[in-house]
Amino acid sequence: MAEHLLEVRNLSVEFHTAVGVVKAVRNISYHLDRGETLAILGESGSGKSVSSSAIMNLIDMPPGRISSGEILLDGVDLLKMPAQQRREVNGRRIAMIFQDPLSHLNPVYTVGWQIREALTTHGTASVQARAEALHLLTRVGIPNPEQSLDKYPHEFSGGQRQRVMIAMALALRPDLLIADEPTTALDVTVQAEVLALLEELQQETGMAVLIITHDLGVVAEIADRVVVMEKGVLVETGTVREVYRHPQHPYTRKLIAAAPGKGEMHAPAARAEPVLSVRDVRKRYGSFEALKGVSFDLMAGETMAVVGESGSGKSTLARILLRLDEPDAGSALWKGRDLFTMSPAELYKLRRDLQMVFQDPTQSLNPRMTVYQLISEAWVIHPDILPRAKWRERVAELLVQVGLGPEHMGRYPHQFSGGQRQRIAIARALALEPQLIICDEAVSALDVSVQAQVIALLDKLRREMGIAFIFIAHDLPVVRDFADHVMVMQKGNIVELGTVREVFDAPRENYTRALLTAGLNPDPDIQAAHRAARLQSAS
Amino acid sequence: MIPPPDSPEGAMLKFVRKRAVASLISLVGLIVMVFFLSRLTGDPAALFLPVEASAEMKQQFRELHGLNDPLLVQFGRYVGDVITGDFGESLRKARPALDVVLEAFVWTLWLALITMTLVTGAAIVVGSLAAFRAGGFFDRLSSVISLVGASVPDFWIAIVAIVVFSVNLAWLPTSGTGSLLHWILPICVLFIRPFGIIVQVVRGSMIGALSSAYVKTARAKGVKSGPIIFVHALRNAMLPVITVIGDQAASLLNGAVIVETIFGFPGVGKLMIDSILQRDFNVVLAAILVTALAIFLMNLLIDLAYALLDPRIRH
Repeated sequence: MAEHLLEVRNLSVEFHTAVGVVKAVRNISYHLDRGETLAILGESGSGKSVSSSAIMNLIDMPPGRISSGEILLDGVDLLKMPAQQRREVNGRRIAMIFQDPLSHLNPVYTVGWQIREALTTHGTASVQARAEALHLLTRVGIPNPEQSLDKYPHEFSGGQRQRVMIAMALALRPDLLIADEPTTALDVTVQAEVLALLEELQQETGMAVLIITHDLGVVAEIADRVVVMEKGVLVETGTVREVYRHPQHPYTRKLIAAAPGKGEMHAPAARAEPVLSVRDVRKRYGSFEALKGVSFDLMAGETMAVVGESGSGKSTLARILLRLDEPDAGSALWKGRDLFTMSPAELYKLRRDLQMVFQDPTQSLNPRMTVYQLISEAWVIHPDILPRAKWRERVAELLVQVGLGPEHMGRYPHQFSGGQRQRIAIARALALEPQLIICDEAVSALDVSVQAQVIALLDKLRREMGIAFIFIAHDLPVVRDFADHVMVMQKGNIVELGTVREVFDAPRENYTRALLTAGLNPDPDIQAAHRAARLQSAS
Repeated sequence: MIPPPDSPEGAMLKFVRKRAVASLISLVGLIVMVFFLSRLTGDPAALFLPVEASAEMKQQFRELHGLNDPLLVQFGRYVGDVITGDFGESLRKARPALDVVLEAFVWTLWLALITMTLVTGAAIVVGSLAAFRAGGFFDRLSSVISLVGASVPDFWIAIVAIVVFSVNLAWLPTSGTGSLLHWILPICVLFIRPFGIIVQVVRGSMIGALSSAYVKTARAKGVKSGPIIFVHALRNAMLPVITVIGDQAASLLNGAVIVETIFGFPGVGKLMIDSILQRDFNVVLAAILVTALAIFLMNLLIDLAYALLDPRIRH
């Protein structure tokens, strides 16, 4: 018997691309025992998923190449196994779940079929597989398991789909489960449930779990030990508490410091005349009521955070305020004039006051335009703002303002990182000198360290230029550091609305409290206390 | 028994009904267009009768066929006739036009059916394997072959094939029908272009499907390459492919005019050309409506195939 269940030794993986060889991971080593949970923590580009893809034999070769190292499962090197034998390891001994269960489940087969396939591929008789699939769906907590077997992935919610993935992965009781960002796409309350399920199943089966994440909160909640990666290199490893309390490497310290939710909360000034006054907005899509009468006021230079889980109506609200979608009823007075009854010509003029920053800067920036063209396009559309001779100068100013430089003007979006692209999107919004910017999950896709920078930038703009923000987010800690007021939405209603201190320190509603306790804290001790409280309230 | 509308079968039935109604509307549009276009091309009497026909003969012809009645009355009569399947007599063959057309259409239908079955099977296998090792030797070979196949004009292939296989080698008959051997050349020639086009579409669509997340999941489950290609990826990749198969099949149902003419194959394409040349307009009109009806039915089948393949369309 080998010393460890899994041992990765001196693994290096490189990718041969058109622009040269990219060394995705360099010389990394870690190990994992039965019953243990190891987290690989890292930001995008850290190579945190590469070693697990190598373990699962999912790296396409070419362009990928494993240039050195061994991956030992119970002492046997997976990299030296004959193909047939290697294939039989997948699913039977090691299984994997992924970030986005909707795209990782085959859309044209029923979930029952897909679970049965995991079993029959490795030799289970089909009659037995049928019974087993039903048992698995029941175990992971899918309602009406019998009927659910014949349903397709699109008929389930996000959390249920991840449960289906888990059922499929655990069908053959593997020794090792690899979970690649398993809860990143899920709402906080659902995330807590899925992580709890994983832990329960681990205790039942004694399997080892390798969890890949960017989220310190997930590490604190579920992991025993953690491996921190930066730019393909393993920079630090240890128990979760050790690494959190006494980080050795500067990068680990930076990551821990960047985790949101620790700063001083805003104390908003007394409220005077609102710039935006929203009353009783309603919207219905077919039989689905997306907004059931939403009312609130927003002052100049104030940040209103809108938080809620998917389906709460928060994005619908943003779309309606910008008239990207028409409301069924209600009014929204912008400096005394109703946005909803304006003529297209009036609305066109007003567009420059109201700007939007979207979640995914990769999609919201035209890839064939330079940064200069992207930002100055606003003035092509609204020529009265700035004479053409001053465009170059102003673009340079805006770039400096968002923390980039004038030298970036001639580059294209793909030459920037995600955080830089979001800065370009913000510079573009600022070009029109708006008074209100609506951010729809504007920092959700960014790494924590970048997230902190972008939020600091938005806060600076708010202070210096008096811009008001409607900041839509599902992530409560982010909101805590930045918002003046917080609006909690659930199923198309505002369930709670107050200053950030009121909502975070003394939530009035159960739903708000549930959201707050479901959110994961990066501190393993606080997280342990949260978990104890949650278990107590559950029993 | 009719299944309840919220059951899967009920949803399917609703879907089919919706598509059928849409098809029916287009069919009605076509009937209107065929009628008025045939009037727009000029006085039917002048078209049907020889150039040297006298004025009395034309007048007689008009009275016989009700051409002096108001246009709307004529249209009503025409619609009534079409619904009861009465397209008038073939002027040249002295038999009901519909019978003449249906006889030819059966030949075309068989030709199209056999050709498209062979094309679909071959193109799916070749395209899928090319996509599985994209950039490899097999992929490059199949790319060259399919590109040539999609580009070469079929009349040229038909003539070359006759010269090589019928004249020089004397293995196959040059034209006509009568034995199974007569089918070989027309099928082979008609096979080439749709095969070339569909291979390209299958390859492109399969490359996308094979790099998808659900294929990654299947690999993580330990599924073998065969089922990954032909079970996981193929069914997802088939949606755009089916559309193109439909297009290609439609052009064969229309009557492969040139190929049928070259091989003297008694299909609807050859019939249509012959009837136009002989000014047998009842046959031409009947042929247009019969092929149109066939294409509408085929499109309905394509829609059904979509729904069968992809549950998201059903719901």
